[in-house]
Amino acid sequence: MLDPGIILAGVLNGFLAGGIYVLVAVGLTLIYGVLHIINFAHGSLLMLAMYAVFYLWRLVGIDPYVALPLVIAGAFVFGFVLYRLLIGRLSHGRDENILLITLGLSIVIDNAALLFFGGDTQTIDVPYAGSFVELGAAFLPLPKIISFGASLLLCAVLGLYIAKSDTGKAIRAVAKERQGARLVGIDVDNIFAVSYGIGIACLGAAACLLMPTYYVTPSSGHAFVLVAFTIVVLGGMGSFVGAAIGGFIIGITEALGGLLLGEQLGQIGISLIFIVILLLKPTGLFGSKA
Amino acid sequence: MSPRALPCLAGLAAAVLFPLLAPNYLVNVGMTVFFIAFIGQSWNIAGGFAGQTSFGHVVFFGTGAYTSTILQVTYGWNPWLAWPVAMAAGGAVGWMIAVLSFRAGLRGSYFALITLAFAEVFRILANSVPFTRGGLGMLIKADPRPINFQFRDPIWIYYLALLLCVVSILIAWRLTRSRFGARLVAIRENEDAARALGIDVFAEKVKVLALSGAMCAAGGTFYAQKYLYIDPNIAFGVDKSVEMLLVSMVGGAGTIFGPLIGSFALTGINEVTRWLASVVPALKNVQPLSLVVYGIMLVLIVARLPDGLMSLFGRKPRHA
Repeated sequence: MLDPGIILAGVLNGFLAGGIYVLVAVGLTLIYGVLHIINFAHGSLLMLAMYAVFYLWRLVGIDPYVALPLVIAGAFVFGFVLYRLLIGRLSHGRDENILLITLGLSIVIDNAALLFFGGDTQTIDVPYAGSFVELGAAFLPLPKIISFGASLLLCAVLGLYIAKSDTGKAIRAVAKERQGARLVGIDVDNIFAVSYGIGIACLGAAACLLMPTYYVTPSSGHAFVLVAFTIVVLGGMGSFVGAAIGGFIIGITEALGGLLLGEQLGQIGISLIFIVILLLKPTGLFGSKA
Repeated sequence: MSPRALPCLAGLAAAVLFPLLAPNYLVNVGMTVFFIAFIGQSWNIAGGFAGQTSFGHVVFFGTGAYTSTILQVTYGWNPWLAWPVAMAAGGAVGWMIAVLSFRAGLRGSYFALITLAFAEVFRILANSVPFTRGGLGMLIKADPRPINFQFRDPIWIYYLALLLCVVSILIAWRLTRSRFGARLVAIRENEDAARALGIDVFAEKVKVLALSGAMCAAGGTFYAQKYLYIDPNIAFGVDKSVEMLLVSMVGGAGTIFGPLIGSFALTGINEVTRWLASVVPALKNVQPLSLVVYGIMLVLIVARLPDGLMSLFGRKPRHA
């Protein structure tokens, strides 16, 4: 059987990865909670942000962590404009139609990335990539710890912003009752675009935090989309607390699956959790309605 | 005979005569058009007529491909005999997914996402279990004789693809003329209203997914016999799911000829980009462009032209 030290290291690594997944899932769940859109392009947009981080490093020499404010701002603007120009105008009617539109968007983004960036796997060599922190029997890569802390910090900032600021209050009002929000004078369309922008800004942040230890290819988006949906469905669509707890559960599941079942079969855990949750408790752990 | 039968028969005659005049390269392209139209039609029957949008239809395709290939390679079955077994397996998987999902009350986007997850589970399993030989894939021994479901002359595989396509169109046509088909349309348009009218919504949705799964599995076996090789990413990869959905949506979901029109368009765009890539050296990596174009078409069609390219042919729109 496996050494408990290796298992512990696996759990800790999964925990750290989960911390970044939380950020991805919070973006997805925010978009769902406010706009009632299932954003299938979420993974593809994350992939695009990861390429942005990669090229900022490759062409301009900006460290991924230093790029954080820049990429977050860029991703927000990108999301805002994408909503204003495309998604907001087209997302009416049946929810499958909106899903199909975001699927079409992800097909365009994935293949455009293949067209312009090529199919090679790209990584960033940061000088601190080889630094480790010893924690009991486990050696944890320093960048993963930094990213973990930064991700939770950003989530907390976002949570505070939504709880305290006027825009945050308007977002919560629109999520709860969009007709009522409109009646009290909130510009609902603008809140939609802002919410979508914030959701994509979360992806920009996640991209900066992922790149020091991960790689990117045009198919990265596809790898992340099911992970993100599983977290959100597990936690309950639209629930922030759910997304946070779901992120950790999925991070640890992924790490343990890889350790116990091997690299190939280990990936099955996420899809199985997704199916089982949808079949048995589609509202998730913390969701209020399906 | 209806007035629409004449152009259909003329088109069929042209399709039959085409490989006698065209070079082998174009015969192959034609084969691809009819094959993708066939698996697209299998998607269309569940996704278009019954409104059960699936993102993971490849699960049936791969089940069919693996069932017949394993029976043939591991157990020495004749592929023609393995074909109906593969279809039954695809139907059974369709039945299983439908019973599980619809009993849990999944609809719309949730159903689409769970089919994607099922396909992913099957892909990972095919990558891991010994009897599929994992990521190495399975090779079918080349022995081009008709009795082996292998043909030396591409014209025969072309005719087989054409036959599959015609049969699938006839199935779709029968559906539009049957009470079963009418019940499916009622479910698509308003499930609660359909239930109130006394339709057993659950049973009808299970039936249509089993039918669709069996058809798609037949396509999987056809594919394995044409290329004599399958692996988990070909058989259960997301690309084929997207392809089936795309040709139906772009051609016209819920229309009889939608998948065929969509397949003509997709294959056409594909061949143009491939040709561009081969003649203009600067564009040698231009191949993904065809899917970029197709993604844009999908967005535009869902937003502006819900009946797809078919509606450009002056057919009465379905949401009249």
